Amino acid sequence: MSWLLNNWDQVLTGLYEHVIIAAASLLIAFAISLVVGILAARSDRVFRWSIALSGFLYTIPTLAFLALLIPVVGLGRTNAIICMVAFSLMILIRNVATGIREVPADVVDAARGMGMTRTEILTRVELPLAAPVIVAGVRIAAVTVISVAVVAAYVNAGGLGTLIFNGISNDHAPKIWAGALTACALAIATDLSLAGLERMLRRRA
Amino acid sequence: MLVEAWQFILQHPDRFFSALLRHIELSAAALAIAIALAVPAGIAFAAKPRTALAAITIANIGRTLPSLAVLALVMPILGTGFAPSLFALALLGLPPILINTCIAIQQVDPDVVDAARGMGMSRSEIVRGVEIPIATPVIFAGIRTAAVQVVSGAVLAAYIGGGGLGDFITAGIAMMALPQLFVGAIPATLLSIGTDQLFGYLQRTFTPPGLRAA
Repeated sequence: MSWLLNNWDQVLTGLYEHVIIAAASLLIAFAISLVVGILAARSDRVFRWSIALSGFLYTIPTLAFLALLIPVVGLGRTNAIICMVAFSLMILIRNVATGIREVPADVVDAARGMGMTRTEILTRVELPLAAPVIVAGVRIAAVTVISVAVVAAYVNAGGLGTLIFNGISNDHAPKIWAGALTACALAIATDLSLAGLERMLRRRA
Repeated sequence: MLVEAWQFILQHPDRFFSALLRHIELSAAALAIAIALAVPAGIAFAAKPRTALAAITIANIGRTLPSLAVLALVMPILGTGFAPSLFALALLGLPPILINTCIAIQQVDPDVVDAARGMGMSRSEIVRGVEIPIATPVIFAGIRTAAVQVVSGAVLAAYIGGGGLGDFITAGIAMMALPQLFVGAIPATLLSIGTDQLFGYLQRTFTPPGLRAA
């Protein structure tokens, strides 16, 4: 505890870096998944292939994935972000596509009958109705990304994992506690706040 | 580089196979413990809606915890080596199995349970003969998720002295020796994908014939 009081700036820096790389990865993954997910909602073939491919990426152990990227992009943040994007694609694509598919056909028909174009139907009917399912995906993806980012410290990506690894190599328990508990708290806080958002969207829908 | 990685395995077969074996032992033992605890607990909790809700809520929180953070937190308490790694990995495997077991048993159609009771089955007969078989596919889905998580997590066990394929990766990164890095990373990936496929197959095999989709 006294270590934490004397070194809170280290923890804050770690937390800040952690949030930045996690948020950047999530944003990139979300942009890709939105496009692929919308296509996958329309075509069974795109759905099957994109889920099979992203599911394969999802199965690779985090540390192995980071290691395999080293010969390609070296150490550092790029490596970590590629890995984190790859891990969140499956969850996000699946939820975007499922969310859109679950919009009742009657509602889409009604929108078409009102003279809406396909783009209008997508942006004003389908996506808003799919929002709770999409946010549910973002929630799982966010937690996954935070978890991957802890390991990513090993390839010099920064973040809370740095404290854990330094603590392990110097056999300094307070540093491990500070890094690991802050990472857990970040994951739980993210999960709960996105769960709140999901509930709000469901109530509105 | 792949050739060099292959040569590394040929030159150090004992090191490679003992790491591989260690990895499999560690994962299998952790998964076995997680199944042995979470399946009976899930079945027991499912009978009491409030306990089930509490258990699922706690398990959901457990599920969000980063794997490496859990492994790291175990170290200051239990030290390094095989046993602490086993403990941490078993802990990581619990939530998906517990959640799926609980939900699967709760979702068994009450009419089916009523019918079984009407046929004169006792409570334990209903659990064993009706609820568990119907819940099997969902329980196995949970075990599959847990298995992949445990095999992936076992790579990280190298940090707390648990051994396994992660040792090659950490050594490879530390020395920037790419062949060695591959010796750890490629088999670990194959193991993880193989585990996913294996449990997918088991899930289909153990699904009672009457529940299989055509």
